[in-house]
Amino acid sequence: MPVTGAEPPAEQPLPKGGAAKISATDLSFHYGSFKALHGISMEIYANKVTAFIGPSGCGKSTFLRTLNRMHETVRGARVEGTILLDGENIFEQEVSNLRRRVGMVFQRSNPFPKSIFDNVAYGLRINGMVRNRTELRDRVEQSLRRAALWDEVKEKLNQSAYGLSGGQQQRLCIARGLAVNPEVLLLDEPCSALDPIATAKIEDLIFQLKDSCTIVIVTHSMQQAARVADFTGFFLLGRLIEFDSTTVIFKNPAKKETEDYVTGRFG
Amino acid sequence: MTGTLLLWRRKTVNFIMLTVTALCTVLAAGVLVFILGYLFIHGAASLNWNFFTKLPTPVGETGGGMANAIVGSVKLLLIAACVGIPIGFLAGVYLAEFGTGTFAFIVRYVTDLLNGVPSIVMGIFAYTIIVLPQKHFSTWAGGLALGVMMIPIAVRSSEEFLRSVPIALREGAVALGASKAKSIFTVVIPAAKNGILTGVMLNIARVSGETAPLLFTSFSNRYWSEGFNQPTASLPVMIYTYAVAPYDDWHQQAWSAGFVLLTLVLGVNIIARTVLARNQHVAR
Repeated sequence: MPVTGAEPPAEQPLPKGGAAKISATDLSFHYGSFKALHGISMEIYANKVTAFIGPSGCGKSTFLRTLNRMHETVRGARVEGTILLDGENIFEQEVSNLRRRVGMVFQRSNPFPKSIFDNVAYGLRINGMVRNRTELRDRVEQSLRRAALWDEVKEKLNQSAYGLSGGQQQRLCIARGLAVNPEVLLLDEPCSALDPIATAKIEDLIFQLKDSCTIVIVTHSMQQAARVADFTGFFLLGRLIEFDSTTVIFKNPAKKETEDYVTGRFG
Repeated sequence: MTGTLLLWRRKTVNFIMLTVTALCTVLAAGVLVFILGYLFIHGAASLNWNFFTKLPTPVGETGGGMANAIVGSVKLLLIAACVGIPIGFLAGVYLAEFGTGTFAFIVRYVTDLLNGVPSIVMGIFAYTIIVLPQKHFSTWAGGLALGVMMIPIAVRSSEEFLRSVPIALREGAVALGASKAKSIFTVVIPAAKNGILTGVMLNIARVSGETAPLLFTSFSNRYWSEGFNQPTASLPVMIYTYAVAPYDDWHQQAWSAGFVLLTLVLGVNIIARTVLARNQHVAR
């Protein structure tokens, strides 16, 4: 039974997906006087992949960015409502610590102008997560392996990250995010600038990663959501129209808007 | 019919514009080459080892060099860089990363104003706050005058280069748990360091030729200046003194001093760029 953000979440049971890693309650978002999100309530389940779909400007990326409070870097952004991470309100936590636990990969790959090694080591170094050089090397290798990039870069760890292809750069950014062992990884249209082969690699990666962390992905591609996600939320004009298992959303949606969108009849 | 006419027109305009821009480029570069060539021919002619090792000789005696002025210029620029660059750079960081509101507006405005202040006024400033109380000229005073002159360019060039670092990089750092300050020092500044250092080099090059603020701060000295508390000779002031003197061999030495000053600036530039070229990560 799907639930919509506009109605009180307590009245209808959420789709069952195990333990909730993140739960948002009545979350509204304002850019200055513009209200970008209207009372979003949803649960994101641990060790599952949750996809947000919807047309451009529907608020899916905005919602994603509030999950690790990245919206705070934008002036004039204001949030109402609560988001709980393991039952604790994220807005009352120390923000650096929250972002270490809830990592993020962006639409355009954004490696630092440093070597491949230093890119992955960055989060470990600034958070003081390793005690010595050997441990650092091990963690970097392990992260690159998890991002399925190790074999391609092991010979050139000291070369600039800008020498990599677009797809490799994006996987490097995923490796960089994984290095600090996040519990949740937020992916904001990670494949929108990549070719189909690079996209397939990232999707494989997402599949493997959900054993170790919870993944939330914003995507423009409905096929991608159908391929990788266990749960899918459909956003429209700042509202969460429908949230259910991916199968239900694509095969048997409860709302007409959802059906119109997933079948391509959306105007 | 109109099609060929349009094409012809477009080609003509293209040709004219290309010619004009190329001509202006040649003109711009030509002036530079001319100055450098002239300086090289006149300056290198009377340049010898003595120029770098000997003190100036008294009037009428031939030979001698400007060793004290070369060292003096280096000392002055060292003080200037130590004063101007840290202050300017950190103010630039503030403006680029935290600079919003009235205060930042005022700082930017004042900086631009300071940039327009004639260099001789900077000299008067250093003269008033250092030379007058101390009652003697000194290297400190000259260095400070040059240092204050460096601040506005250091502020604005650092600010510009820091601003040009994409927001995506800052977000990437912050998303990994970096605080804003940490992201600035570990990602933003390193990403902008090439530009910032270029700004520093240009800044040093600019003040290295300043003469007016030195005339009544570091003054001049026919002998070695010990430490930083005595008046000192410097290349620009020597060029000025020697060029207006009525002796031919002094004119020659003025040319040589000009040449050495230029080489000094060029040398600093090349060294800095070589150091920068290592370990560089340039976007493709």
